[in-house]
Amino acid sequence: MSIRERMSGNEAIATAMRQINPDVFAMFPITPSTEIPQYFAQYVADGRVDTEFICVESEHSSLSACLGAEAAGCRAVTATSSAGLSYMNEVLYVAGSLRLPVVLAVACRALTGPININHDYSDSLAARDSGFIQLYAENNQEVYDNYLMAHRIAEHPDVRLPLMVCEDGFITSHAIENIELEEDALVRAFVGQYRPENYLLKKENPLAVGPYGVSAYYMEARVAQAQAMKNAKRVILEVAADFEAHFGRSYSFFESYRMEDAEIAMVLMGSSAGTAKACVDELRESGVKAGLIKLRVFRPFPGEELAEALKSCKAVAVLDKSEGFSAMGGPLFAETASACINLDKRPKMIEIVYGLGGRDFTVDAARSVYERLERIASTGEIGEVYTHMGQRE
Amino acid sequence: MIEVRWHGRGGQGAKTASQLLADAAFQSGKFVQSFPEYGPERSGAPITAYNRISDTRCPVHSNIYDPDYVVVVDETLLESVDVTAGLKAEGAIIINSAKDPAELKPLLKGYTGRVCTIDARRISIDCLGAYFPNTPMLAAVVAASGMIDRTTFLEEMEDSYRHKFARKPQVIEGNLKCLRIAMDEVKEA
Repeated sequence: MSIRERMSGNEAIATAMRQINPDVFAMFPITPSTEIPQYFAQYVADGRVDTEFICVESEHSSLSACLGAEAAGCRAVTATSSAGLSYMNEVLYVAGSLRLPVVLAVACRALTGPININHDYSDSLAARDSGFIQLYAENNQEVYDNYLMAHRIAEHPDVRLPLMVCEDGFITSHAIENIELEEDALVRAFVGQYRPENYLLKKENPLAVGPYGVSAYYMEARVAQAQAMKNAKRVILEVAADFEAHFGRSYSFFESYRMEDAEIAMVLMGSSAGTAKACVDELRESGVKAGLIKLRVFRPFPGEELAEALKSCKAVAVLDKSEGFSAMGGPLFAETASACINLDKRPKMIEIVYGLGGRDFTVDAARSVYERLERIASTGEIGEVYTHMGQRE
Repeated sequence: MIEVRWHGRGGQGAKTASQLLADAAFQSGKFVQSFPEYGPERSGAPITAYNRISDTRCPVHSNIYDPDYVVVVDETLLESVDVTAGLKAEGAIIINSAKDPAELKPLLKGYTGRVCTIDARRISIDCLGAYFPNTPMLAAVVAASGMIDRTTFLEEMEDSYRHKFARKPQVIEGNLKCLRIAMDEVKEA
């Protein structure tokens, strides 16, 4: 039986961590993720977990400490945001290439500058090529559920990759909403113990970790890592199916919302998708065939599945909460467009950068996007492909 | 769905009050949202917090622009913040003030709905011995809106205080008295 509760996204993550009781939590605080180690410190103080809780001097060190623990055969976690994730950047790549399945909670926040503490995805999406699996969430429930699935995906023998559980800074991290929690014992049974086949301190067969990769071996290691990311697609679906069997809530690579006969659609991530769903419902009542795709898994990128879901649309808007500074749109647009490149018949596709640094995204804003898509669908004229939305002129 | 916007100053506890309202509504079986709007965090700077209270989960995660109720925790904000912006005429504004609602109405830019005041300072000092505007403001918005039945609200708050103040039971009665008096003393025009 689920437990009816109300809490913020940060408390939901900390609760999932408490239930899982990881071996090591190495922490360094940064807004808006700070409450995660703050709640967890209380669980440590109250004796509710027996985790080794290490306060380090930087994010570079927090992830490094996690990697040390993981290499020794432990389950390790941490949390960060924004500049903290940037400061981890070197170590993110080490985690991926060492194939150490650390789970990193990210309360996504804008990157400087101007300095800003509010939400967008410029931190997590800048880390998209680091070798981490990335899961995104619409609300506190999805953050909690993603966290319960995270270790099983990351630690699967066919994957063994680090994983980011991303939530929207403040919008999800600090908003209190209803949530269905699962009982501690059921969570522990679902997540299971971490039993890596090989690790640094395994006395029967100790493993060397982090040797130099000469040219004769480097590429093989990278191809193996790329294969692991491909394997993650299958494992993500398997874990989701088992999660549904245990707890009844259904997950996939993305949620298709009213897409069955949709002629116009948005592709977006996180809390904005909820706001856009309210707009889709309004439009459907007036007969507009609108839908949306809420991407849950950004890495591995579910390109084939996404192309399949979008192929019957006449016009699609991709909404990016990260500028990217490519002069042709943000990362979600680049990946969605490339996923559709080999379709025989493609939808017209536009890119809208929005919501930077916490700029609010409203039902009215979503409606203006659908109105633009209706014009594109009826005239065939795309107009400007790459625009920004919500800024003052 | 009921949407509430709170205006206060950093340090007065408008965010906490919004969380307490969400707690009370949650205990009565509702779906809730309570969220603050953060800027540079300075004590005394104007801050905004929000509530959505509904019978099904609300998917919308934007700020609230057309609230049913506005709560003003610090009456000096009436001069600097457009507190009635978007406020529905069939809703109400609840202001922490010793004044009569009629005296404040001219400051509300022609707002035609109900104007309520509550002297949260006096009630708080009488019942708790110090100025904590949260508790009376919470009671005032519940009373003025009728969003939670009075008896249910007081029972839930008592449960919540017994849990929250398990180690300080001496403050429970003062808080409950504060709630009851505030519910009775809301003035309306």
